[in-house]
Amino acid sequence: MAGAVAARLGAPNSGSATRFEANLATRDLPWVKYAVLGLGLAYFALFLLLPLIAVFVEAFRKGWNAYIAALTEPDALSAIRLTLLAAAISVPLNLIFGVAAAWSIAKFDFPGKHLLITFIDLPFSVSPVVAGLIYVLIFGAQGWIGPWLSAHDIKVIFAVPGIVLATIFVTFPFVARELIPLMQAQGRDEEEAAVTLGASGLQTFWRVTLPNIKWALLYGVILCNARAMGEFGAVSVVSGHIRGETNTMPLHVEILYNEYQFAAAFAVASLLALLALVTLAVKTYIEWRASQVAPEEKTS
Amino acid sequence: MSIEVRNISKSFGAFKALDNVSLDLPSGELIALLGPSGCGKTTLLRIIAGLEYADQGTVILSGQDASNKHVRDRHVGFVFQHYALFRHMTVFENVAFGLRVKPRAARPPEKEIRAKVRRLLELVQLDWLADRFPAQLSGGQRQRIALARALAVEPQVLLLDEPFGALDAKVRKELRRWLRRLHDELHISSVFVTHDQEEALEVADRVVLMNKGRIEQIGSPREIYNEPATSFAYGFIGTVNEFRGRVEGGYVRVGNDLLPHGRTDLSDGSAVVAFARPHETEIIKGEIGEGVEAKVNRILTNGAVTRVELIANGDAREGRKDYFEVEVTPDDLAALSLATGERVRIRSKRLSLFGENV
Repeated sequence: MAGAVAARLGAPNSGSATRFEANLATRDLPWVKYAVLGLGLAYFALFLLLPLIAVFVEAFRKGWNAYIAALTEPDALSAIRLTLLAAAISVPLNLIFGVAAAWSIAKFDFPGKHLLITFIDLPFSVSPVVAGLIYVLIFGAQGWIGPWLSAHDIKVIFAVPGIVLATIFVTFPFVARELIPLMQAQGRDEEEAAVTLGASGLQTFWRVTLPNIKWALLYGVILCNARAMGEFGAVSVVSGHIRGETNTMPLHVEILYNEYQFAAAFAVASLLALLALVTLAVKTYIEWRASQVAPEEKTS
Repeated sequence: MSIEVRNISKSFGAFKALDNVSLDLPSGELIALLGPSGCGKTTLLRIIAGLEYADQGTVILSGQDASNKHVRDRHVGFVFQHYALFRHMTVFENVAFGLRVKPRAARPPEKEIRAKVRRLLELVQLDWLADRFPAQLSGGQRQRIALARALAVEPQVLLLDEPFGALDAKVRKELRRWLRRLHDELHISSVFVTHDQEEALEVADRVVLMNKGRIEQIGSPREIYNEPATSFAYGFIGTVNEFRGRVEGGYVRVGNDLLPHGRTDLSDGSAVVAFARPHETEIIKGEIGEGVEAKVNRILTNGAVTRVELIANGDAREGRKDYFEVEVTPDDLAALSLATGERVRIRSKRLSLFGENV
């Protein structure tokens, strides 16, 4: 019924709120309404919208040509390439790991399950700088296996592999965290049904488990990707800031800014901001799609 | 397919779900596993299916040890309480699933799959829903689709876990009649789990009554109802009047009252619990030195027989205020001329006694 009311008022997905507002008996005083709304919007404008606008204003301060020049400069291009590479390696790896971890945690019981859940959350609770430092301590010249690595001429720290490792660490939980609650809520019934019908483990996964989690999975991948491209702290520690070689986009922005090349810094920053906006748009679309599917499942 | 279960035990932590259970179920029957929640009936069903592992014991299907056989090689159809339909597939694809996942060599051609799914949907009388998604069906329809899906792979035994548990009373009744009819048509060995005694007695050929991880009694519905083997069986099945007391010669002393029992094998002073069904209990007026005193509480005349509800005397029930129920024929009711609040006595010619400590 709530749905019918909402449809009549032309405001889907807010059935009860609309009804609440339309009813004189439950309506708040106008000044309360406008005060609360105004406060929320002012906060949003000051802390979210204004900085976002500032990024683009600053980026274009010296005009379109300077903007393009800042982005096509060799060091900038190299930073963009490295950022894309780090994301292209870490996101698929964490996708595979995230699905595997969520699947085993949600659908099976095994000793050490809670320990695994705790470990998955570790990158969220540890400061990214500490994460970067850990890799320096292990792979660095004075680290545990540093001497062995240098003897075999393998570079991890202050090189691309270190950046990829740090990115993987930081983006580790995104996919698994997104999937575990959903898979736990869905239970094992459908998988058990598939197995009694003769499906193999792989068939069960492809035909039953995966279709049920695809929207959450995509959502997790997008968040994971956004973080992979935007990561600063951990990558900064292991990168060594070698221009044209081990600089990612966030690091490049910092270097330019420290050299008082504000327009160029903001130009690269605007690319990252653009990525965030695209991510938001895709995320909103996915949430909308998922909510389109969900009510269908509820009606009976 | 016959199902044999030998010495199965299963614990979940400190909780003993099944305690050395053995069971022999012949082929072709519809069998009910009946018991209160937590008695281990669902666990037993899942062990037979292979969805759960027993700590001890063997499951023998068609004479072969299946304890270490994988679920998909046991050829059992399983129907879940909450349907477990694949939510992202149409009804048609749900039923076709078991055929589509067969290894390439054993998989029937698409045309055969289509024909078979159609046939199954007709069997459960839902062929008009083939293109719907599970979310668009009612609970009863979902469960029938789940059954069609299980039957698609031609299982040798059908296992149903509280199949009607999530449905409302009217649909339950309809579906269990339908399940019985379906079984009479297909003759596939079936075991269903239920906590609803009426459901078990009405549908099954044979009832396995379970309590606390053990089997209390196995028998036809008639035997289970008329000849309960244990005090648990008596208390669980049907309405029953219960009396607790000690043996005194030919009587059971219940508080200050005496109930005649007609048994000779009981020693004086042993604590017993006595049961009598409402239709085997009679109301007597006047002092004749036997029967348990009770007060008429309500007289319910909405049926062929009148049900009289009585409240036990405090001391007769050892401080517990309990209700008795007696079924009285119209003739007897007229002869008794009962009034609400009247003090009467009740006794039974068919009193069943069980030792308290059993």
